[in-house]
Amino acid sequence: MSDQAIQPVEVTPPGEDPKKGTRGKIWQALLVPALAVLTGLLIGAIAILAVGENPLEAYGALFAGSFGTPDRFIEGFQTYFASGDTSKLLRAIYPITESLVATTPYIFAALSVALGFRCGLFNIGAEGQVLMGALCSAYIGYSITGLPAFVHLPLAILAGAAGGAVWGMIPGYLKARFGAHEVVNTIMMNWIAFKLSDWLLKGPMQASGSRPVTPNVEATAELPRFFPDPLRLNWGFVLALAVAWLVYWFLFKTTLGFEIRSVGASPDAAKYAGMNVTRNFVLVMAIAGGLAGLAGTAQVLGVDHWVGQGFSSGYGFDSIALALLGKSHPFGVVLSALLFGFLRSGATRMQSMAGIPIDIISIIQGLIVIFIAAPAIIRWIYRIRAIPVSDEAMRTRGWGG
Amino acid sequence: MKKLYGIVGLLVVFSLALTACGGGGGGAFKVGLVTDMGGIDDKSFNATAYAGVEKAIAELGVEGKYLESTQQSDYAKNLQQVLDEETNVIVTVGFLLGVDTATAAKANPDQNFAIVDYAYPDCWPGAVEGKECGSATELPNVLGLTFATDQAAFLAGYAAAASTQTGKVATFGGINIPTVTIFMKGFEAGVKYYNQQKGANVELLGWNTAANEGSFTGNFDSLDDGRSFAESFVQEGADIIMPVAGPVGLGSAAYCKETSACKIVGVDTDWTVSAAEYTDIILTSVIKNMDVAVFDAIKAAKEGTFKGGVYVGTLPNNGVALAKVAGATAELTAELEAIKAALIDGSLTVDSMLK
Repeated sequence: MSDQAIQPVEVTPPGEDPKKGTRGKIWQALLVPALAVLTGLLIGAIAILAVGENPLEAYGALFAGSFGTPDRFIEGFQTYFASGDTSKLLRAIYPITESLVATTPYIFAALSVALGFRCGLFNIGAEGQVLMGALCSAYIGYSITGLPAFVHLPLAILAGAAGGAVWGMIPGYLKARFGAHEVVNTIMMNWIAFKLSDWLLKGPMQASGSRPVTPNVEATAELPRFFPDPLRLNWGFVLALAVAWLVYWFLFKTTLGFEIRSVGASPDAAKYAGMNVTRNFVLVMAIAGGLAGLAGTAQVLGVDHWVGQGFSSGYGFDSIALALLGKSHPFGVVLSALLFGFLRSGATRMQSMAGIPIDIISIIQGLIVIFIAAPAIIRWIYRIRAIPVSDEAMRTRGWGG
Repeated sequence: MKKLYGIVGLLVVFSLALTACGGGGGGAFKVGLVTDMGGIDDKSFNATAYAGVEKAIAELGVEGKYLESTQQSDYAKNLQQVLDEETNVIVTVGFLLGVDTATAAKANPDQNFAIVDYAYPDCWPGAVEGKECGSATELPNVLGLTFATDQAAFLAGYAAAASTQTGKVATFGGINIPTVTIFMKGFEAGVKYYNQQKGANVELLGWNTAANEGSFTGNFDSLDDGRSFAESFVQEGADIIMPVAGPVGLGSAAYCKETSACKIVGVDTDWTVSAAEYTDIILTSVIKNMDVAVFDAIKAAKEGTFKGGVYVGTLPNNGVALAKVAGATAELTAELEAIKAALIDGSLTVDSMLK
């Protein structure tokens, strides 16, 4: 079954003659993830068939839900050129803007985990850091009034980054000072964040009224939106892309970034080269925490404007998969975040139109992650020759400690 | 080449199937339900509301579908999706959707909405409309489905106080929010009424209306919490427990069944039906007929008699009810009937017991 369906892909055998140009390298890096996504979708289709639904219909709805439908675009443009009425056009672009909205927190959170991987650290605490970022930015957003937006908004964003950074720095310090493993400590920090937020939302940070939610942030702290309601796409997405570029620059173009990557590749070698390994642990965990904090910040200031008990459905945990999928490279992370954002956003329509539970998306995402984590499966299915393992060893260090 | 033909053939078959599916269904009466967090199969809140939609599918021949919310930013997005499909009635579940439902209702005045456990106007002085609260005025196209659950819980409290062997009964909630504590308030009032009538001194653990304080698990999904809460109440001497926390209560029921140390008062549905494996340790259940209310709203919309406003499920209209009390004496049954009558005609109120 799978053999037949997969056949057409094989007409593009990769790197038969290893051209060592940049283009060849990018192709190499993208090939396994792309095939993993394809295979995940194919097996997902089998799962959909198994529950007695039509996979084409489901994926059609998934596509329409994440990108939009052509006839709506045509109708939108026609109305716009005929009468200057933009409402139909806005309706046409709604799905794609929603997908970008869903992508935004994924980019930030996955950058956080990816940065940790680069230093050989496994940050499972992104979920807690996201929440702390959300709470801190919300607090600054609603408690301070009367500031102009150009002061208030940056202040709220910085507060969110700082909240996440503190939450990341604590396990980083514990590792550097006492050798306590960051996996255990970041998980525990998650629980502290969950319980702390429960208490805050029912106590000090609760809005008047009976709902366990924070007050809405002031308009001056909101990330401006590009379109009128109900379109929610905002500057948070642009900020995410900018930060991704910044992380890239930091990792690959600065001395500190080189140190971090060296520590990730081999702490011992880095130590004997005169680098301060423990300082790098603390620094990286703080920056990683700050990045995750920005995920919560962008969601609060750009989309929700308040924080409640169901704030995140697991951005922090999904981001571990995203960092793996993006090969811990900032640009790869942006691509994988786009993939998950579009899948997640389209799933709403798939559930509604085709009656497929949104859980199927979790299955597909899980399959993709399995294939990425064990690329040998993909190479075996598609008969791809193994690429040199130079880059692979580094990321797996963090798993075992 | 052969394989290529195979694939093309397969595609043709699929697309035929696709058009076949897409062809029918035009003009059917459509119902869309947006859940709160917890999923459609939470055996409690969302599930009971959707049971109303399923009943409408079976009996009225409507088309029904649901969208699950997994985080707070899903509310607006899911509402937008059902709006986009031009559904005839949109049902939203839970008061966390209160603001987004009102916003959508104002933007689409011709669209009918029903919201479970919420009603408009909901703004308090100084609240920002559309952000902190939904609407300062009643919305003509939204029917709020609310429930006087405290009346049924009053009966449960009385029955529990009459049935306890240890002189102590208990309750706990998921989160300290009004839709939860209304059960606990009614329960407390019922216990107090029993004490007043019989000169007894049955003690209630886990809730105190005067202090607005009680025991809460902080979630609606941990069966382990339900278990440990039940365990500690039993250690404090209680033998009847009412868990108001959705599936968490099943953990308490499991503990009671294993140890035979306590009995459970179910909530939302009749647990001797929905959790039949625990029937022998269930004293009674406080029933909140959300499914009936949702079904009635859909039926009204289909028949063109839909009106916005507030529906209150009460004892007389069977919106709330007390299930059969296990092992009730004829005397207790008669007393419960008398209290029910008094609650209905207003000669007895829940609030009068809580002062």
